[in-house]
Amino acid sequence: MTLEILGISVLWLFLFGYVIVASIDFGAGFFNAYSLFRGKHHILTRIIQRYLSPVWEVTNVFLVFFFVGIVGFFPKTAYYYGTILLVPASIAVVLLAIRGSYYAFTTYGGLRQKRWTYLYGLSGLFIPASLSIVLTISEGGFVSERSAGLELDYWTLFTSPLTWSIVVLSITAVLYISAVFLTWYANKANDEPATELLRKYALIWALPAIVTATGIIVELRDHNPEHFSRLMDLWWLFGISFILFAGTVYLIWKRRYYGLAFGLLTGQFFVAFFAYGISHYPYLLYPYLTIYDGFTNEAMAIALVIAFIAGLGLLLPSLYLLLRLFLFNKDYVQGKRDDHA
Amino acid sequence: MGNEESVFFSRVLTELTLSFHIIYATIGVGIPLMIMIAQWVGIKKQDEHYILLARRWTRGFVITVAVGVVTGTAIGLQLSLLWPNFMELAGNVIALPLFMETFAFFFEAIFLGIYLYTWDRFENQKKHLLLLIPVAIGASFSAIFITMVNAFMNAPQGFDIVNGQLVNINPVLAMFTPAMPTKVAHVLSTAYMTSAFVLASIGAYRLLKGSNHIYHKKALMLTMKIGLIFSIATAVIGDFSGKYLAEYQPEKLAAAEWHFETEEGAPLMLYGVLDDGEVKYAIKIPYALSILAHSNPNAEVIGLDQFPEDEIPPLYIHYLFDLMVTIGMWMTALSLIYVLGTWFKMRFVAAKWFRWLIVLGGPLSIIAIEAGWWFAEVGRQPWILRGIMRTEDAATSSGQVDLMLLLFAGLYLVLAIGSIIVLTRMFRKNPVEQELADRELEKEGELR
Repeated sequence: MTLEILGISVLWLFLFGYVIVASIDFGAGFFNAYSLFRGKHHILTRIIQRYLSPVWEVTNVFLVFFFVGIVGFFPKTAYYYGTILLVPASIAVVLLAIRGSYYAFTTYGGLRQKRWTYLYGLSGLFIPASLSIVLTISEGGFVSERSAGLELDYWTLFTSPLTWSIVVLSITAVLYISAVFLTWYANKANDEPATELLRKYALIWALPAIVTATGIIVELRDHNPEHFSRLMDLWWLFGISFILFAGTVYLIWKRRYYGLAFGLLTGQFFVAFFAYGISHYPYLLYPYLTIYDGFTNEAMAIALVIAFIAGLGLLLPSLYLLLRLFLFNKDYVQGKRDDHA
Repeated sequence: MGNEESVFFSRVLTELTLSFHIIYATIGVGIPLMIMIAQWVGIKKQDEHYILLARRWTRGFVITVAVGVVTGTAIGLQLSLLWPNFMELAGNVIALPLFMETFAFFFEAIFLGIYLYTWDRFENQKKHLLLLIPVAIGASFSAIFITMVNAFMNAPQGFDIVNGQLVNINPVLAMFTPAMPTKVAHVLSTAYMTSAFVLASIGAYRLLKGSNHIYHKKALMLTMKIGLIFSIATAVIGDFSGKYLAEYQPEKLAAAEWHFETEEGAPLMLYGVLDDGEVKYAIKIPYALSILAHSNPNAEVIGLDQFPEDEIPPLYIHYLFDLMVTIGMWMTALSLIYVLGTWFKMRFVAAKWFRWLIVLGGPLSIIAIEAGWWFAEVGRQPWILRGIMRTEDAATSSGQVDLMLLLFAGLYLVLAIGSIIVLTRMFRKNPVEQELADRELEKEGELR
């Protein structure tokens, strides 16, 4: 394995981590707001609050890790994406900032208003939508290199069906991932009404998620034939992903092994996410930037890898502790303990 | 929008983000240490008040951390969005500490979550205190790693440029630049100092506003002591910083001190104004600049005459420098008088006017932090990477920076108002007297 591939794999893994953790977070916020809207707030709010409280800050770090890491391993991305993404990334950051801080303000500061719950819930859909634009741009066709510098063609971008399919996928995936996870979590908390409601949401969003995902592959055939043919070479990975998807839906449908169901879902997204990533290889930005010409020098790459391994040695035990104390602690999950400062 | 405008707005936006972020970042680095000390004292002395102090500080801390996290994310991305050319170069040489900072922050975030939600979970309070150590370490190391990047911008090393290509890159050498030791030490000690004085300011304010509870007096004494220790440390480090500047960035020192001609036995200019290139109304301390720069009253200090016109930082940094140093000195004196006055049971330290001075110390310390960073950043101009890349060559070519400036200005306004409202409400709704009474009741309930 070359350093280039090692670097991008590590980053892609962290981005995958972000996709899962953030989806749970975004979706939870949305379901919370939606249940308030439908007058079913009493069923969901406790379960959602209890999960989100100790972990919200951790979610954000996955994203920071990804963009700091990519500038480290592939400094040219700072030039290419930095120039292009000024507007979309700024909007995403502002949304993330409002969301993160108002979460803290309401949870720890007792600022409770319906308005904020709604805004918080909706921001959870806008953020994945705005972040997913980056994936669309990476497919190429929206950026032109002029003498004055790089330019993003907003008109083409926002009239492209690919853009909107990816936006829709990001939203359906968020809701699906989140609903499956929360079903499991509510079930662990022995909270029957919440489990039932969330199970219903999970089943509702399963189909749209898989349909939009398939739709994007079809869109790519016209938009980026080179990428499409590479995707087709990996058809078997997408096949595995689909089987895992079917397994999740079956288990949820039969009300059995919710934990395993979430495990299968993680597997489904993991396989699909990496299949997409592998087929995107070697491009970081079609057709300007590949992982080879964007790569940092060898000394820095080795230093980063060492730092990464050392950091992981520190993080994994801590993450395990966090999960053991909250996610897998019966008393905490069932609301018998609070112990908040 | 021409490129000049892009550069201008990129600078304004970066300045705005950093000026806002640094308030929350400084508090975020310093407060965990304060909480740790309070909780430790509480356990040692078996004093419920100190434990409650730690607990209440923690609640407030979470709010400031939240704003610090989101604005930190903003500046992290803005570096690439506004200064893509700089980050492309920096990514090659100084990415290591940036990368390690995310780990430090990750570590801090995880343990903060745990610490926050395990207040009464352990029989043994010490176990709970142990969980805070990674939070404090993570917070301080975040500051260390980020300051390393800033030090690199001031004294870049660890690479060579041959025919426009970066060669011989040594990431470790780039981390440990000559600017690093003094800069890191200065950032850390001022963060602790500022946090202590901000907390002292809150305690003094409560005492002035009617509450005469011993809890606030204990808080005040503790924070003023910590503040005193770190302000003395800051002064010592400041002296070393002067020597560093004289050796490696003489133009920054010379501009800050309005030292125009290279000379031996240079005097130090305090305050004053610049009128047509002439210094007026300044206090001139003979030989002091030579002592600051080289520990020798007769040493030669390089003046601005040694530098081409277009490599000299703006001269107004003198005011920023003076503001920072004056507040630092003032706070050292104030905390010293307070601590001594309390020891010798002098009555004036409990007087209203003196407590108002302590209240004022909180905002003043924040102003000193701002002035210090403006001085550090403006004093490096026209360079973004001293001697290698000019700020104007680093900025984005995008034409929408002005719009983004408005967007982020709005965001910071919302965050500032939100955090202030939440913090004041949080403590006003649940004053310490009531919380102490509640805890008393709870205990009785448990005994029965």
